[in-house]
Amino acid sequence: MALTKEQIASKTEELKAFIAAHKDIDGPLMPIMQHAQESFSYLSMETMTLIADSLGIPVADVYGIATFYAQFSLKPKGDYVVSVCQGTACYVKGAAAVLEEVKSRLGIEAGETTPDGKFSIQDTRCLGCCGLAPVMVVNGDVYGRLVPADIKGILEKYDA
Amino acid sequence: MNLETLARIREEGQANAAMRVATGLPGTGVHHVMVCGGTGCTSSGSEKLCELFASEAEKQGIADKVKVVRTGCFGLCALGPIVIVYPEGTFYSQVKAEDVAEIVESHLLGGEPVERLVYEDIGDLKLPEGHSPTLYDTVFYHKQLRLALRNCGRINPEDINEYIAVDGYRALAKVLTEMTPDEVIQTVLDSGLRGRGGAGFPTGRKWMFAKAPAPKKYVVCNADEGDPGAFMDRSILEGDPHAVLEAMAIAGYAIGADEGYIYVRAEYPIAVQRLTIAIEQAREAGLLGKDIFGTGFDFDIQLRLGAGAFVCGEETALLTSIEGNRGEPRPRPPFPAVKGLFGKPTVINNVETYANICQIILNGADWFASQGTKTSTGTKVFALGGKIKHTGLVEVPMGTTLREIIYDIGGGIPNGKKFKAAQTGGPSGGCIPAANLDTAVDYDSLKAIGSMMGSGGMIIMDEDNCMVDIAKFFLEFTVDESCGKCVPCRLGTRRMLDILTRITEGKGEDGDIEKLEAIAADLQCSALCALGQTAPNPVVSTLRYFRDEYEAHIYEKRCPAGACKALLQYAIDPEKCKGCSLCSKKCPAGAISGEIKKPFTIDPAKCIKCGVCMETCRFGAVVKK
Repeated sequence: MALTKEQIASKTEELKAFIAAHKDIDGPLMPIMQHAQESFSYLSMETMTLIADSLGIPVADVYGIATFYAQFSLKPKGDYVVSVCQGTACYVKGAAAVLEEVKSRLGIEAGETTPDGKFSIQDTRCLGCCGLAPVMVVNGDVYGRLVPADIKGILEKYDA
Repeated sequence: MNLETLARIREEGQANAAMRVATGLPGTGVHHVMVCGGTGCTSSGSEKLCELFASEAEKQGIADKVKVVRTGCFGLCALGPIVIVYPEGTFYSQVKAEDVAEIVESHLLGGEPVERLVYEDIGDLKLPEGHSPTLYDTVFYHKQLRLALRNCGRINPEDINEYIAVDGYRALAKVLTEMTPDEVIQTVLDSGLRGRGGAGFPTGRKWMFAKAPAPKKYVVCNADEGDPGAFMDRSILEGDPHAVLEAMAIAGYAIGADEGYIYVRAEYPIAVQRLTIAIEQAREAGLLGKDIFGTGFDFDIQLRLGAGAFVCGEETALLTSIEGNRGEPRPRPPFPAVKGLFGKPTVINNVETYANICQIILNGADWFASQGTKTSTGTKVFALGGKIKHTGLVEVPMGTTLREIIYDIGGGIPNGKKFKAAQTGGPSGGCIPAANLDTAVDYDSLKAIGSMMGSGGMIIMDEDNCMVDIAKFFLEFTVDESCGKCVPCRLGTRRMLDILTRITEGKGEDGDIEKLEAIAADLQCSALCALGQTAPNPVVSTLRYFRDEYEAHIYEKRCPAGACKALLQYAIDPEKCKGCSLCSKKCPAGAISGEIKKPFTIDPAKCIKCGVCMETCRFGAVVKK
C-alpha cells in the first residue's frame, strides 16, 4: 500500500520519537529498525539514513543489517502478502506445488509484488502450524491442508 | 511479594490446579472449559471458540458455573481446535463454532458430554466399568511424560496466579532463601540435564564455567527456534512463559548475574505477546526487579526479537545479533561463559532446557536423573510432523524408541503408505531409515546412527518422498541461511546444492556422489560454526541409507519415489482407460487427447507434469513412469 506524503511525514516524526527513546539502550539498532519496518512496511534509503544519522553510525551498517535479516524489506509490499510455508513438514506434504500454483496464478516469483501493488508472494520457512500442512497465510488469514486446486478460489476472495 | 503472599496465592488456587491434572475429582461446582490457545489451534479458529463459550454460557444462564480458560498447547495439533472440560477431563477435538451451544447445553448444563465430538482413541487400554475415557487415557497421551510441558494446557499463561498455584516461583524462593549459588549449580550438574537446543552440552557445566567473579554477567535464553517444522520452544513460551522467566532468575542467582535477555523469533507473535505479559506481571508482583523476596537479589529480563535469520540460533551469532549487528558467529573459544554478550560472561540456554530447571530444584537432582537413560536424563519434547497421523507435540522419557513415538503415540503413517524415514535435527540432522526404528532416542544413540537429537523436530516421510529431493531441500535452506562469513560454508553448501539439483534434474554424472562426499568431509572439519559443520548431514545420512536412490537418479535417470518432476513421465494405461475424457478436460496444458470411449494418450512434449490427470482419473488409469 503506497503511503501518502502526510502519512510518511507523520510516521517519520513518530520514528524520530522512538529513536530518541531507545538510542541509549544496549544494542539499539535492531529494535529501531524493526520498529521502522513495521511502521513503513519497508525500509527506504531515507529511513535508513535517518536511523544511521540519529545513532551516529554509517548508513552502510544499517544497510548491512537490512540485507542480512529476512524480516527487513527494501521495497514496499503489496496490499495482500501471500506467505506460502516452505517448512519441512509442509514441504513433504506438497508445499512446493502449492507455491508453484500461487506463482503461476499471480504471474510473479516469490519475493516479488504484482505490478498493480495488490499481491506479494513470500516463501516462509515455517509458520508453525505443522498440523495443518501445507499451509499458507494471506494477511493473517490461515489456510491449511491445501492442494493446488484450492488456490484459485482463495486468491479470488482478495481480488475483488 | 514475600514468601507468605506466595504461599497464600498458591493455596487459593490449589483446588483448581488439582482438578486440572487428575480426573474424577469432585471439582468445585464450576466447569473449566480449557480451550487450546497455541498457534496451531489458533490457526484453526480457537480464539473465536473462547468468546462463544463465554457468551453461550451467559445466554444459557450459567456464566457463574463456567470458567473459560485459554491455555497453551495440548499437543494433538492434527485434531485442533481442542477443548477439554474439567472436572470430567472430557477431550473434545475439532470443535467448530456451531458445536459450542450444544456442548454448553448438553454437557455444562445437563451433565451429558456430547459423544460425537469426544476423542476416544484409547487403543488397547482397558478402562474400569463406567469410566469414560479422558485426555490421559488416549493413545496419544498414554506413553508421554510431560515435564517440560507440564503446565501447557493446564494453566492460563496470561495469569501469573495460575502459575503460582502450580508451584510457580517456589523454586526461585527456595534457591534464594535456602541454597547457595554453588548448591544450585551442583544440583543442576547432578541432575544430568543436557542442553535441549541440539548439541546436548551439560547445563550445569555451562553454569559452572560462568561462576568466576566478574562485575557484570548476563543470562540469555535462546528462543530463536529456526529449525523448520519444530515448535517445541514456541509451545512452552505460549503455554508456560513464567517457567522460563523463573528458571532464568535461578540461573542469574547461580552465576551472579542481574540481567537477562530472551531472544525470540519475531515470527512467533503469540509467544512474544505472552512473554511480554508474563514479564510485566512478574515485575508487578516483585518476582523480577530489585530485591526479590526481600533477599537483596536483583534480576530483570528484556525481550529482543529475532529478524528471520536461522544462523542466529547459533549461540555466538545470537549474542552478536542482540548487540545490534549482522548475526554472524564468532570463533569459540572464548566461549560465551567467558566472553559473551557485550563481552561479559554469559550463560545461554535454550527454552526447553530452562523449562526443566524449576522442577529439578523442587524435586531434586536424583528425581530428574531417575527419568530417561543414564547419559541422557529426563525427557525430550518432539514436534511430530509430515506424513504422520497425529501431527503435534509429544514429550517422552529419553530412551523411548522411535517406533513407540511414531506408531504408538503418533498413530503411524496415514493413507496406508509405507514408512520410509524419520528426519531429526532439521537442516543439521539426518534421516533414519525403517531398519533403525527400534533405536532408543537419546543424544548418543541418535548420533551413532548418523543423525542427531537436534532441538526436537521430527519429520516423518513415506514412500512418496524422494530422499535426494529431501537432501536438496535442506541444502537450499542452508545455502539461503549461510551467513557468508566463512568460505567453506558459503561456497561448500552452494556447490553441494548445484550437484544435488543436477541429480534431481536427471543431469547427474558418474562421480557426483564422490564429489558430494568430499565436499561434505571438508565442510564438516573447516566451517566456522555448527551451521556449516552440520550442513552436510542431510546429504551424508541419506547417502548412507538411501545410496540406491542417488544411483537410480544418476545412472538410470529414474526417481524411485516418483517425486522428481524432471525424471517423471505421466502415461495412460490403455487397459484401464474408459475414454471418459475427464482428464483431457482438466489438463491445463492441453496435452491429453483421444476419442470418447477409447483410450486417451498424453503428449509428453506438451505435458507440464502437474499431476492433475492422476488426481482426476476415477479408474486409476494414469500412471507415473
